[in-house]
Amino acid sequence: MKVRYFAWVRERVGLADEDIDPPAGIATVGEFVAWLAKRGDGYAYAFENPKVVRAAIDKRHVRADARIAGAGEIAFFPPMTGG
Amino acid sequence: MSATIRLQREAFDTAAEVTALTRGRTDIGAVVTFTGVCRADENGEAIAALTLEHYPDMAEAEIARHVEEACARWPLLGVTVIHRYGRIAPGEVIVLVVTASSHREAAFAAAEFLMDYLKTRAPFWKQVEKAAGKEWVEPKAADDSAAERWSAPARRSRLSKR
Repeated sequence: MKVRYFAWVRERVGLADEDIDPPAGIATVGEFVAWLAKRGDGYAYAFENPKVVRAAIDKRHVRADARIAGAGEIAFFPPMTGG
Repeated sequence: MSATIRLQREAFDTAAEVTALTRGRTDIGAVVTFTGVCRADENGEAIAALTLEHYPDMAEAEIARHVEEACARWPLLGVTVIHRYGRIAPGEVIVLVVTASSHREAAFAAAEFLMDYLKTRAPFWKQVEKAAGKEWVEPKAADDSAAERWSAPARRSRLSKR
């Protein structure tokens, strides 16, 4: 699964994207975030307040309870500030 | 209904976009344009420029979904949305929404709806350059409440007031 990071989530993680196969037992976006946060200091910093970070699966907004099975791409980013 | 959605680094010409949308049409009676422009300050502090980061494929898809939604809600005859990315200096344009309809009500409402959703749902992030360094712009609660008023329960209450 391709994982992409944007804006300050990208800066804190230190990567724009990477390929990750989540371990068995990680079913939802929220569980995946909790697992990512334990991968290192940058990840812990990026996901220190999981409620703030938004997620998208295959380019559609999803909530923390969304299931990640079958996802080709999952993205994490701060609240949007376009327009 | 003709819809044009573009994400681009370079500036746009609002007048040229209106002309492109309305050329040869005699059914359009109202055109509303909104142009977002880069200010020289953010929360009272001077900025040298802002840089817009975006999630390319999703931004286009998300804008297209909201254009579709606007077309389902109002009788629109044309929509153009252009959003820039990259570095933008104060005084330069950032975003353009053009809506066309037979009458003004639909054009005004759809333009406002599209802008409210662009602010809170389209995957763009602004970073400003201040004297102390670069910082990411914080989302504004007012933008969230502006977008929320278009959600289903709020819309019902709007209609029931008429």
